[in-house]
Amino acid sequence: MSWAGKILRVNLTAGTVKTEALNTEWARSYIGSRGLGSKYLVTEVDPKVDPLSPENKIIWATGPLTGTMASTGGRYTVITKGPLTGAIACSNSGGYWGAELKMAGWDMIIFEGKSPKPVYLYINDDEVELRDAGHLWGQSVWKTEEVLKSSLQDPLVRVSSIGKAGENGVLYAAVVNDLHRAAGRSGVGAVMGSKNLKAIAVRGTKGVGNIRDPKAFMKTTFEKKKILAENAVTGQGLPAYGTQVLMNVINEIGALPTRNHRDVQFEGAKDISAEAMVTPRESDGKKHLVTNQACFGCTIACGRISKMDENHFTVKNKPQYWGANGGLEYEAAWALGAANGVNDLEALQYANLLCNEEGFDPISFGATVGAVMELYEMGVLTQEQLGIDAKFGSAQALAHFAEITARGEGFGKEIGLGSARLTKKYGHPDLSMSVKGQEFPAYDGRAIQGIGLAYATSNRGACHLRGYTIASEVLGIPVKTDPVESEGKPELVKAFQDATAAFDSSGLCVFTTFAWGVADLAPQLQAACNEEFTTEELEKIGERIWNMEREFNNAAGFTAKDDSLPKRLLTEAAKTGASKGMVSKLPEMLPKYYAARGWDTEGRPTAETRARLSL
Amino acid sequence: MQKVLHINPDKCTGCLQCEMACSFENYGTYATSKSRIKVFDFHHTGKKVPYTCTQCDEAWCLHACPVEAITVDKMTGAKVVNETTCVGCKVCTIACPFGTINYVQETGKVQKCDLCGGEPACAEACPTAAITFIDANWTGMDKMKQWADKLGNQPSAA
Repeated sequence: MSWAGKILRVNLTAGTVKTEALNTEWARSYIGSRGLGSKYLVTEVDPKVDPLSPENKIIWATGPLTGTMASTGGRYTVITKGPLTGAIACSNSGGYWGAELKMAGWDMIIFEGKSPKPVYLYINDDEVELRDAGHLWGQSVWKTEEVLKSSLQDPLVRVSSIGKAGENGVLYAAVVNDLHRAAGRSGVGAVMGSKNLKAIAVRGTKGVGNIRDPKAFMKTTFEKKKILAENAVTGQGLPAYGTQVLMNVINEIGALPTRNHRDVQFEGAKDISAEAMVTPRESDGKKHLVTNQACFGCTIACGRISKMDENHFTVKNKPQYWGANGGLEYEAAWALGAANGVNDLEALQYANLLCNEEGFDPISFGATVGAVMELYEMGVLTQEQLGIDAKFGSAQALAHFAEITARGEGFGKEIGLGSARLTKKYGHPDLSMSVKGQEFPAYDGRAIQGIGLAYATSNRGACHLRGYTIASEVLGIPVKTDPVESEGKPELVKAFQDATAAFDSSGLCVFTTFAWGVADLAPQLQAACNEEFTTEELEKIGERIWNMEREFNNAAGFTAKDDSLPKRLLTEAAKTGASKGMVSKLPEMLPKYYAARGWDTEGRPTAETRARLSL
Repeated sequence: MQKVLHINPDKCTGCLQCEMACSFENYGTYATSKSRIKVFDFHHTGKKVPYTCTQCDEAWCLHACPVEAITVDKMTGAKVVNETTCVGCKVCTIACPFGTINYVQETGKVQKCDLCGGEPACAEACPTAAITFIDANWTGMDKMKQWADKLGNQPSAA
């Protein structure tokens, strides 16, 4: 129990909505959200399908703990075959939307086919209807939410939608809910757009009332919240400084990728750090940060709410950007800032707001701009083509690129294809800082060996959230490992990847893992669902999910060759910092990782592994 | 000693643990739509403000009720709706200047905060102490202390 037990199947081609019982056997084996949604996807979708064709499907999935009092129980995932990578895509978001869907009585929604015209899905508990979205098409995420709340005469409705980026096929378009929470990566928003699906508006009044043992659940979730409150990271660092607490830390150890990974330290890091966000600006004497904000049910509250300098060149005479708004988080600040050598905090926040407003991933966007700037400095791209002088460090260029990408204008269309396609087109594919076509997040794989391996083997392309070994390699959680050491990292990466898959599938936020292990998740799932979700079982389920995703990618045509890193990380040594002189030792780690996973030398799960995991 | 719910919006993060706790206490389900305390998210300023009944001494709802379905809990001072007496006329919802008593379609009765009989679930669930349950006579204590600190707790010049 604690699953709603029902799913919605929406055929966009036919315009029909059907109710189905949740496959409880699968729920037992894959929990929910990421795992369970992926099980439906890999069962129903041909791995070789064109991600932007009607044959692809896209799934919104909650977990059994979504919409409950377990801390951070507000997550949902969007699962599809991703257009940026061609691999399985699964992007996770917080805010309030996921809990609302669950409270309306639904575990997930599966969309099939393609609507002949723009539509949105309206859900009010059992009342579910596809409605015309002609008036919403061409509108931003923010406008879409505003119009829906007002036309439905319901200020409490929650909206998950795409902006212009998703409509225009930006390959890293995001699905955004509650104005600034996003299922951000891998281009799930582009798939939504390709189906002419603009938004899902949900109102749920039923609630989540089928906890297996409510008394035990209240007791264990209370105890686990206490652990979060007393932990230095989840109880102090994240609420006070947000993920941005990392900017100076990562820069100091020489792991902050800078100027398209040419450097590993950024001289302007302090200007775009958490500390900078709480220091009064020279321009107007006000602080950037207004307050922190929680997602649904979250007792950590890492979210940042900031106000821009109204006289900054990016927002002068644009009052729509003057109010309190979401950002900056560390990944966005890094991708928009250090990756491009830009140290103008206000410009970063402006670009970040455009990412939220029109729905695209600041990581892939920022990293693609980094590649563009490098090509510009090499003379491969010209000012005439780009419409601006785009040297590294130019805040004007960053703002310009964010605007034209958001609107799908001019060179913005090429930036919207991501760095892999763009650098290939201009003859320098090695300058795309990506794996499987998806751009790196904010940690350098030369300085932090484990995360390099995690990037290379992530099932959705380069990603820090598939196995956040930074916790161990930098923060010492649960145990400290040496970041420049490669020994032991294959096993560490595997352990992080499997545990994360279990957390992602429960409906909780992976940030809890700074304080919790799988052993802390287990009693919460046991009290809510069934007693079979023991620590050992959850670890096994996590591994099963990882292998299931891997097999989808293998069937889609990925091979061991794709578990790689750009030449720059393998051959160009880090220039400064603790890892000076080092490259990624991926070639040494990868075979050991395959062995630890029980895969053959081509990266395929062996028959024995498949049998062990009941795949 | 009578206690009251004391709300400090500056501490609220918008997590809605209070709303879930309220609905769980009263309906056995996590349903923010059924909560008697609501958190308002003023996006433009970034402020999150929990709001619920303040248990007026001369309660408009109590005086307006034609069937005397709203009575005072002598232990807590809470104004409590007796569901068996309530006829769902909604006059109290009009009389209340604060909007904190509301009709519930599913039951045909009104609902309002009753302080959970003296152990408010919202205050217990709040992770940041934005909602506390404290001595009714001393809700200003924290602010007084802050000002007292400013006034007299600084090193003296001599």
